[in-house]
Amino acid sequence: MFSAELLIAQNIGFFIIAAVMVVGALRVVTTSNVVHAALWLVVVLAGAAAQYILLAAEFVAVTQVLVYIGAVMVLFLFGTMLTRARIGAESDLNNKNWFVGLGVALALLVAMLIALRDGFGAEKLPADDPLVSTQTLSDQIFGPYLLPFWALSFVLLAAVIGAIVLARRD
Amino acid sequence: MLLNEFLFLGAILFCIGVYGVIVRKNAVLVLMSIELILNSVNINLLAFSLRNGSADGQTFALYVIAVAAAEVGIGLALVLLVYRNSRSISLDDLSEMKG
Repeated sequence: MFSAELLIAQNIGFFIIAAVMVVGALRVVTTSNVVHAALWLVVVLAGAAAQYILLAAEFVAVTQVLVYIGAVMVLFLFGTMLTRARIGAESDLNNKNWFVGLGVALALLVAMLIALRDGFGAEKLPADDPLVSTQTLSDQIFGPYLLPFWALSFVLLAAVIGAIVLARRD
Repeated sequence: MLLNEFLFLGAILFCIGVYGVIVRKNAVLVLMSIELILNSVNINLLAFSLRNGSADGQTFALYVIAVAAAEVGIGLALVLLVYRNSRSISLDDLSEMKG
């Protein structure tokens, strides 16, 4: 009984956060102000971190906050600042044929929703299974997934060097 | 909670991101839409990680976050380079390769 009430609370939390995320995402792709788009993206990323906690992945949620909200958003705001002098609303951010994008997105959405409904139906997430701990996660990263981890460190190194080479004035 | 709640949320965010990639003309806004797409993928990975009770999905979600950070760094450096060369980051103005 108690766990059922807890799940109701989780469901209410899920739908509130999901509604905020969808509104924020729509504002990211429709707003006419680049800085506002970046700030709405913060809302979406924070909501995603909250959903990760609901999905019992607290380490990924903390990483999301540190990497996305901490680092990536600063990069976006710097990019906005360096590539335009004007901070404010602009009229020239969208393509002329926006209805093509709308049609593609809606068709994709309908196809995916139908496929997901047919594929998973009313399947429930396990509520009382042993959760994946951070220790398990680190055992995964430094055990069976060590080779991708190495490859990833080279990707990050290449990205850092590439960004320096590309953005350098000479 | 149902598995499909999270999968539907991921699908909706993915489609909003695809709409942004197609419709936006500003290169920085296109990169932001790509971030939306990557986050929807992460929600799916974590939902299936919880469903299967395995840590593989969380591991891959961490890798996706790292690759996304590298992608944003390179992408913004490219945008900066384009801006320096053509004084504009409108993707419609980059038509020098049109025959």
